[in-house]
Amino acid sequence: MPEFHRTNGLTEVATHYCPGCTHGVIHRLIGEVLTELDVLSNTIGVVPVGCAVMAYDYFNCDCVQAPHGRAPAVATGVKRALPDATVFTYQGDGDLAAIGTAETVHAATRGENITVIFVNNAIYGMTGGQMAPTTLPGQVTQTTPEGRDVHRAGFPVRMSEMLATLDGAAYIERVSMDSVPHIRTAKKAIRKAFETQLAGKGFSMVEVLSTCPTNWGMSPVDALEWVKEKMIPYYPLGVYKDRTKEGVF
Amino acid sequence: MPQKFLMKGNEAIAEAAIRAGCRFFFGYPITPQTEVAAYMAKRMPEVNGVYLQAESEVAAINMVLGAASTGARVMTSSSSPGISLKSEGISYIAASDLPCVIINVQRAGPGLGGIQPSQADYFQATRGLGHGDFHLMVFAPAGVQEITDLVAQAFDLSDRYRVPALILADGMIGQMMEPVAFSEQSPHPAEKPWALTGHRNQRRPNIINTLHLSPDKLEQTVIERFARYDSICANETLCEQMLTDDADVVVVAYGAASRIAKAAVRAAREKGIRAGLFRPITLWPYPSAALAALCETTKAFLCVEMSMGQMVEDVRLAVNGRRPVEFYGRTGGNVPHPNDILQAIESAAQMAPQNERR
Repeated sequence: MPEFHRTNGLTEVATHYCPGCTHGVIHRLIGEVLTELDVLSNTIGVVPVGCAVMAYDYFNCDCVQAPHGRAPAVATGVKRALPDATVFTYQGDGDLAAIGTAETVHAATRGENITVIFVNNAIYGMTGGQMAPTTLPGQVTQTTPEGRDVHRAGFPVRMSEMLATLDGAAYIERVSMDSVPHIRTAKKAIRKAFETQLAGKGFSMVEVLSTCPTNWGMSPVDALEWVKEKMIPYYPLGVYKDRTKEGVF
Repeated sequence: MPQKFLMKGNEAIAEAAIRAGCRFFFGYPITPQTEVAAYMAKRMPEVNGVYLQAESEVAAINMVLGAASTGARVMTSSSSPGISLKSEGISYIAASDLPCVIINVQRAGPGLGGIQPSQADYFQATRGLGHGDFHLMVFAPAGVQEITDLVAQAFDLSDRYRVPALILADGMIGQMMEPVAFSEQSPHPAEKPWALTGHRNQRRPNIINTLHLSPDKLEQTVIERFARYDSICANETLCEQMLTDDADVVVVAYGAASRIAKAAVRAAREKGIRAGLFRPITLWPYPSAALAALCETTKAFLCVEMSMGQMVEDVRLAVNGRRPVEFYGRTGGNVPHPNDILQAIESAAQMAPQNERR
């Protein structure tokens, strides 16, 4: 019977994530990929403000914690200073698609040779469940108690589709944590994103649809089902941009 | 004899930074500091450095944060409204104990204000360039030559104390041209074992972080940082004094205002008024002890600023009620005229206690 081991890509610190949250799975996939690509010892992680703020304790590499939304700018500074290092950001939807939209868009359009892992769970988790830029129409949150009314609160942002239009983006894929096959696909996407960076081809991002059972008010199993039933139809999975062969420049 | 160049203040800032070993510059265009960026854009490729025009001041300061995290010498430059935008990142940089140099070529505010020179960002620079308990080292050059010396010093001290440094110039200092000679001294970069360079399987991961949820832990980090501030206050305070030994009226002014004040002090001497000039070069730490010592000999102080009166509070704190402290200022981008300062000196001389022992 195969044994299941902790990946060396993560430290032994127990994460603070809520039961049933899929942040832990995404962390593990990144840790596995960095280990398999043998780049962990030369990797700098940039962690956000949000649920993953303490990820600097979990990734087994050098890390800097960025101001809210600024991770792509911080990563730009790191990468320009250390062009041979592997540099990634790990950001939630509020961080990447609301307060940090400008930093995200411009890092992508510059073709900044970094990898962005974008965790989209359609809610602000850390502050207790407010509307996110990716909250679905009709979705109930603390700040949309009657459900997100697009007439008042506007529409959700589809970041992968938007960034795919930019010339600097080399690889953009949206994946999901709702099932084992999707998790396997997610790992391949994360690996490809880092390979894109290692080959110097330009900006790469993997958007990961993730769960927040606590703030959605669901069991972990129902939360996975909600991703499948509600999120995937609004945020279709797939590769939105692939210029990994030719590069962006 | 070292070669002399005729340079704008803004260009001297950029060249001095490169000679101090700065190889990373992140900026955003704003008048009246744009020559810093333009010079960097041309010069950085010649030294294999990086010039990057960011999408915003907010992004630029966070690129500084990233590059500084790797241990590199890095700089950004802006003018007043842009510095306000950088304040979030500056607080994080201070809390991360990262060295870097930030340039503020002040223009008039508040709001979009104007593009003429001003000194109205003194409070912001010395009291609160961001949220939380922290300080920057603040240097105020009064000429192009001094810019080059202070920029070099700012990089060295920022590295040594792990405290970000701010050069507080203004549109006049940035735009004026003067002959300048660059120091032959090489930079003194510090060891940076904390830098993010990849752990190379040789050490535990380095973490640069400003989140401390435990009040005790957070308090401890702030107290440790303030201990470094104490040694900066003890060792790194700079000021210049001119004709203060026998002065009845000491004019206190920094940067561009001090140049005009100097002319007014000379004019006062010609009229028989014993005037002198005290020029703070570091605004934080403030040269309070040297200023307070003048209370022994002087009868009155006159603070001259291109603002409604900001540094005058530090003058009053140092003088602590022992002598009258008068103020003369212009704001909105206006520059005081030497005759107006002279009048203020004359009026301060009359208001000074007449019957005191000299």
